[in-house]
Amino acid sequence: MDSIYIHIILLALIIISSIFAVSYARVIRGAIILGIVSMLVSISLFLLSCPLAGIFELSVCSGLITVIFISVISLTLPPDEKQRKVNSVSMMKKMVLLVLLVLVCGFSLYMLDSKNITFVPLMQNVQESIDTRDNIWNLRHVDLIGQALILLTGLFAVVVLFKKDKNKDKK
Amino acid sequence: MSVENILLFKLYIIATPVLFLVGIYAIMTTRNIIATIIGIEIMTKGVTLLLASCGYFNGRPEMAQSFIIIMIVVEVVILTISAGLIFNIVKKHDSLDTRNIRNLKG
Amino acid sequence: MSFSLAVLIPLFLVLFFNLPFYRISGKIAVFIASLFCIVQAFSFFLPVNATCPAVQNLVSYFMLDFQCDGISRLMLLTSAIVAFASILVLYAMEDSDRKQFNFVNLILLSLAGMNGLFFVRDIFSVYVFIEVIAATSYILIAINKDKNALEASFKYLVMSSVATVMMLSSIAILFLVAGGTDFVTVSNMYQQYGGNSLVTAAVVLFIVGLFIKGGVMPFHGWLPDSYLAAPAPVSVYLAGMVTKTTGIYTLIRLFYSVFGFNTAIQSILLIFASISIVLGAFAAINQNNFKRMLAYSSISQVGYIVLGFGAGTTFGVAAAIFHLFNHSVFKSLLFVNSAALEKQVNVSDMSEMGGLASKMPVTSTTSVIAFLSTAGIPPLSGFWSKLMIILALWTADLKVYAVIAILASILTMTYFLIMQKKVFFGRLKEGFENVKEAPLAITFVSILLCAITVVVGLLFPFVLNGLINSAVSF
Repeated sequence: MDSIYIHIILLALIIISSIFAVSYARVIRGAIILGIVSMLVSISLFLLSCPLAGIFELSVCSGLITVIFISVISLTLPPDEKQRKVNSVSMMKKMVLLVLLVLVCGFSLYMLDSKNITFVPLMQNVQESIDTRDNIWNLRHVDLIGQALILLTGLFAVVVLFKKDKNKDKK
Repeated sequence: MSVENILLFKLYIIATPVLFLVGIYAIMTTRNIIATIIGIEIMTKGVTLLLASCGYFNGRPEMAQSFIIIMIVVEVVILTISAGLIFNIVKKHDSLDTRNIRNLKG
Repeated sequence: MSFSLAVLIPLFLVLFFNLPFYRISGKIAVFIASLFCIVQAFSFFLPVNATCPAVQNLVSYFMLDFQCDGISRLMLLTSAIVAFASILVLYAMEDSDRKQFNFVNLILLSLAGMNGLFFVRDIFSVYVFIEVIAATSYILIAINKDKNALEASFKYLVMSSVATVMMLSSIAILFLVAGGTDFVTVSNMYQQYGGNSLVTAAVVLFIVGLFIKGGVMPFHGWLPDSYLAAPAPVSVYLAGMVTKTTGIYTLIRLFYSVFGFNTAIQSILLIFASISIVLGAFAAINQNNFKRMLAYSSISQVGYIVLGFGAGTTFGVAAAIFHLFNHSVFKSLLFVNSAALEKQVNVSDMSEMGGLASKMPVTSTTSVIAFLSTAGIPPLSGFWSKLMIILALWTADLKVYAVIAILASILTMTYFLIMQKKVFFGRLKEGFENVKEAPLAITFVSILLCAITVVVGLLFPFVLNGLINSAVSF
């Protein structure tokens, strides 16, 4: 733990940039800012002594996912000016939700300040560190089976959803 | 746990619901299908942070790391599926407007 | 350990189907998959540790720390029956060979995920397997790529992702406090720190996430849409198994093996269950679409299951599991019948149908039996499980909820009578003179499921001793 300030700055940056990612009308900017959020999260993971997970997050979430987003956006039609005007939600609804959001943030800050939260007593004894790779391969093989299943599912998602229907084209 | 650590822990445990709310806010207010998925991604980022901080504070970061790695794989597959769905929805409707997909009501 | 084959075989079947050296036709895939389902169903009657050493060695190579108890075995039987029904309906309804092939592969993947979910004893693995099932169902719903199905699937995806985020946050907090995620560690932690506000918040988050996945009433928005828009075999599978497993089975498993019961959590369960029962039944009365009515009826019945194990006793858990089994069987029977109607009549509004009993005798008879079982008429299986639920509530001194359960039974009766009158009885509507009985595969499935309902009802004393008691007490 170097200093608490770097965590605070990182968290603040993550929250601010995720709000930016959500509030852009043009989705492509949102997607790019989401990549930046991922990058910040991966730095945060690195500080929380999860370096491998941080690398994974950096390469997959801010790399691959941004690529998927951008390819979907460019495969679909770019919204023209007319549609973009229609796309803007009524200010009323947006404002109400924004107020709610601010209230919750304020409440959280208040919670942060108050001392009387009953926190769970945490374990002090740190286990002798097992390597993450060993942990995945030796302790979590059930999850690896699950991963194999979900990767096959992803394969079928591509086969089923992205393939063109030949019959319909003939019609 | 030292005082500094407790403060840090509070910070992380509060950042998650805030990110969750930002995601919900995105899902509720947007009229763009892709922005909905961006909202979901932001919520997932919040959970990633929570998992990592939980592993850090109870002294088992290696377990948290394996959780996060598995979670990211699942997340990518779900995202691929949603990309496929969006691709097909846009082909059917010629627009990204979510109001097109409100034919079915509960 | 030989039960881990229930996960490994479908996984390797899917790999085997998709090797690049040859091309397997949809028919063969359907045949192999249904064979697997039959074997899985019959494996229920084998003793748990029946195995030959060769299989044992092969399986132990994978080092899976699965565990199997009575509840898992009963669920294994249920999932085999429902998947079998769904595959046969697919065979009858779908002509395109490639679609059959993709569908069978996805069903097998989903089945593997489901069987894995029955065996895992680790809350993080529960998350992984739930996601496998959910991911396959998104694709299955949208497999025909028509407008409504895509919309329903997308809605399901968004709702389910929110639920997943809730569940994962809860898992993270439990992991923080317990230092591990397997059931024993978490259970020990919960006994020690159960009163802590953070832990309670985590448990409530988990429950809400599972309620969304299971379609309990205030969070049910996606459920009727996806049942309605999904292709017929998929809605059999979804209604019979997917929502029950991902939502309700996991809930039962968590409370049974991990958290135990306390009054605060119990009252949350009971209140949401009663809301679900009553509002689901009222909503079902108002529906005009056959499948949509079945969906709301499903929500109402899920309420019964939650109510049963909300009683908090072992007997209540037994009742809930038994009702889950019965409900899976007769709800998939009703959806098979709706598939038959969809194929033969091609109308889904109930007001446009009428007098089909003379034209489709098997479909109408089996659906009458299914609805009698749902409403809880004595000799059928649904009666016994509802009776068990009400008894469990009564003995747990929750008499108000028992009365709600009895009264809502009448509502169930009402909407099914309306359905029967509109669809099967009355005068034959014009244009239906040439309607024939559904194809052999579909009638076979409906007769099979109907036979299960009747036989389980008639042989209830044996079932109670043989299956349910041994399922819960181990």
